[in-house]
Amino acid sequence: MFIVDRRLNPGSKSLENRQRFLRRAKALVQGAVKKSSEGRDIKDVLEGGEVSIPLDGMHEPRFRTEGGTRDRVLPGNKKFIEGDIIERPKGGGGGRGSQPGEGDSEDDFRFVLSRDEFVNLFLDDLELPDLAKRKLAEVESEGLQRAGYSTSGSPANISVKRTVQLALARRVALRRPKPQEIAELEAECEACTDEKRRAELLVELDALRAKAKRIPFIDPIDIRFRRFESVPKPVAQAVMFCLMDVSGSMTEHMKDLAKRFYMLLYVFLTRRYRHVEIVFIRHTDRAEEVDEQTFFYGPASGGTMVSSALQAMSDIVRSRFRPADWNIYAAQASDGDNSIADSALTGRLLTESILPVSQFFAYLEVGEASGSSFEMPDSSLWTLYQRLRSEGAPLSMRKVNNRSEIFPVFHDLFQRRRSQEKAAS
Amino acid sequence: MSETHEPLFEGADWDFQQLQRIHDACQEIAHGELGLDTYPNQIEIITAEQMLDAYSSSGMPLFYKHWSFGKRFAHHETFYRKGLMGLAYEIVINSSPCISYLMEENTATMQTLVIAHAAFGHNHFFKNNYLFKQWTDADGILDYLDFAKGYVASCEERHGRLAVEMTLDAAHALMSHGIDRYPGKKGLDLRQEEKRAKERREHEQSVFNDLWRTVPTGPSKSTEILNSERRRKLLGLPQENILYFLEKTAPRLQPWQRELLRIVRHIAQYFYPQGQTKVMNEGTATYVHYRIMNRLHQQGRLTDGNFLEFLQSHTNVVFQPEFDDQRFSDFNPYALGFAMMQDIERIVTAPEDEDREWFPDIAGKGDVMGVLREVWANYRDESFISQFLSPRLIRSWRMFHLHDDPEFSEGIQVDAIHDARGYRRIRRELARQYDVGFIDPNIEVMDVDLAGDRRLMLRHVVVKGAQLNETDARRVLQHLADLWTYDVSLVEVDAKDNVLKEYVVSPRAVAIAA
Repeated sequence: MFIVDRRLNPGSKSLENRQRFLRRAKALVQGAVKKSSEGRDIKDVLEGGEVSIPLDGMHEPRFRTEGGTRDRVLPGNKKFIEGDIIERPKGGGGGRGSQPGEGDSEDDFRFVLSRDEFVNLFLDDLELPDLAKRKLAEVESEGLQRAGYSTSGSPANISVKRTVQLALARRVALRRPKPQEIAELEAECEACTDEKRRAELLVELDALRAKAKRIPFIDPIDIRFRRFESVPKPVAQAVMFCLMDVSGSMTEHMKDLAKRFYMLLYVFLTRRYRHVEIVFIRHTDRAEEVDEQTFFYGPASGGTMVSSALQAMSDIVRSRFRPADWNIYAAQASDGDNSIADSALTGRLLTESILPVSQFFAYLEVGEASGSSFEMPDSSLWTLYQRLRSEGAPLSMRKVNNRSEIFPVFHDLFQRRRSQEKAAS
Repeated sequence: MSETHEPLFEGADWDFQQLQRIHDACQEIAHGELGLDTYPNQIEIITAEQMLDAYSSSGMPLFYKHWSFGKRFAHHETFYRKGLMGLAYEIVINSSPCISYLMEENTATMQTLVIAHAAFGHNHFFKNNYLFKQWTDADGILDYLDFAKGYVASCEERHGRLAVEMTLDAAHALMSHGIDRYPGKKGLDLRQEEKRAKERREHEQSVFNDLWRTVPTGPSKSTEILNSERRRKLLGLPQENILYFLEKTAPRLQPWQRELLRIVRHIAQYFYPQGQTKVMNEGTATYVHYRIMNRLHQQGRLTDGNFLEFLQSHTNVVFQPEFDDQRFSDFNPYALGFAMMQDIERIVTAPEDEDREWFPDIAGKGDVMGVLREVWANYRDESFISQFLSPRLIRSWRMFHLHDDPEFSEGIQVDAIHDARGYRRIRRELARQYDVGFIDPNIEVMDVDLAGDRRLMLRHVVVKGAQLNETDARRVLQHLADLWTYDVSLVEVDAKDNVLKEYVVSPRAVAIAA
């Protein structure tokens, strides 16, 4: 008899089967993920969790019978005698006859997705827009990469292994006498008593010594250097600017909407970039960079000057985030109020200093939950951005009133678009 | 016999030396006193996650890859995480050596129970029951599964994951109809199977010559139209093993697809006896662990405290809720099996007049283990119940028989209860509940229209008015048609040959192209 401890064996043998299952049910699971994420807090979006999908596509059919006359033996008779007639239980037999199998008779198939699986599925059909055209210019920097060997280079880059290999090959090819051959011959010479033989040996020994001297152990032609080539390397870091109007007209609800949007963007960016920094800039009639807590919950009051925030952002970009090294994303949330006098400056700042350096700029106009965008006239900021957009500025803008609209809007903004893909390739 | 052994262990913790000692103590009793005959044991300790893995691949340690196992895994995992489902204490595999998986979090008492239950009870049953002897090849199964896994993987590499998945989906849908129910010319030898498949592939490779493809063939020989009797005989019809029929005769399957069908068929065949011997198998194992644990306690190798712990889990295992209980779902095979085994013990050692009348062969025979070993070797659930369910057990469980005829609008009839008139009827009906012949729908391949549109014709003989579930039937037939690549029809007929329903399904375009 053997006892085998299998506990340390690699686990998750079922992982591949599970992935196959998810792949097969992808469309269904994706739908379920979106549905289940609508009702959730953003923080929980990351948590994975249970989803249920309609069983239809994943059903494993079998020939099975149903109906007909049934005979059944049961234990625990209390009062029945032969010939009694029992009323049929109402509501389809109360579990009798239906065979739960492995839960297959349920309409939905419920299971738990891990955090990664959930986020993957959630963001699967999204992509960062307009990346391709900036790639050559800004998203890449130079990096060094090994590229074979060369015969010249700096002594620091000498490749000892390759050099010794080549030297060995050369020595073998030219039949350089080995040290022990010479040593053996010398020993034989010492021991030899026959003069004639000894003279022969000495000649031979001299020839060998001369040859060993002629063929050096390492020749300059053996030497090889590691060669490096510079290759463009994608920049793997991003900074995300969150701009928000915190003037008195912004309610808690509006801030909450903005927050949700920022968090989604953050999750999305962290999946694409190894390192993501966030800069929070809040503004009234003047702008300041704050930490997250103050950004969302700190009290502030005053008028509204959007240009101040844009100015602050462009200053921060100039001082800390060189556009060549950083992918810059910005999302601005506001209720749309802006003083009329500020419009010209805002427009200029945006088109001249912000948009050229940023990868993506989204404007999110948040409104009251009850507010309908149809009745209200467009806000001053919306009108301004609309105009800039029609002039060709790469701006994305959306209006949001309800929490449930955040996901669709986000989805809509980053939807993978066929035409873009084609243009990019 | 001296009863002054040291306890095997104290408390709940165990280590590997103790497991070894536990096993040896159990073996001493099982082989020495109970006269059991087992395969060598291999005991493997696994974690909960590995147990879930094993669940999803039908308890086998290795299996080919398929999404349905992932689905099962996701399902079990959800239930387990939520606490809706506990995991089994062990899984035992009918192989030689007999592998028992024990959960790491079992206490020492539970490990003892589980070793007695699985490594000796189930093990003996696997090795000696006629169904397992006839239908399964314990020596070859693990190697065969390994071969199957490798073969499926290599097929995926060569022919694409999608094509393999489609074939396997179809084969799985027909799995319950890929079984030989009657012993054929020779038993199954899985090692041989594996070798055969390999040789065939090698042969194909060695004789492959692309030139043959270019050789013009003469006009095809005129095939005389066979009369239907002769044709059906040539095709081996009627055939209830649908997978076998497809493997041998489906016109457009690739060789690798046939091999996949064969693999699924063999695996279905391997599991076939387990479905027919649930009550007996669990009854045997429960009876054996009960005897061994009691004996260990008598010998002083199990402390009183540990014995109480054992009794508690044992009682949980053999608990049978009554029909009007919330927890009732069906007969608990552990409970029914154990009760019947104990009842046989009683009949053999202390029979009453009634028992002498009902069981003249075994009543008062005295040799309990002799009788039980005989029973374990030669019966399956259906025959076991119809032979050995005693009136006394029917009385003490207060069994009754319900007859539910949808035509009879007043309600469900109580057909028999635990009285002199009812014993035999209850016994017959209960045995029938365990008869695979009644559980699985009886579907056969009747004919193929070779001269015409090559339609495959199936027939379902409806028993007691139970027709096929329509959506499922259509889906299975769709899979079948995809493999057959021509139309497939299924008629449902009652005992008087009246047609109740007819299905016709055409293959999907994708399947034909594949």
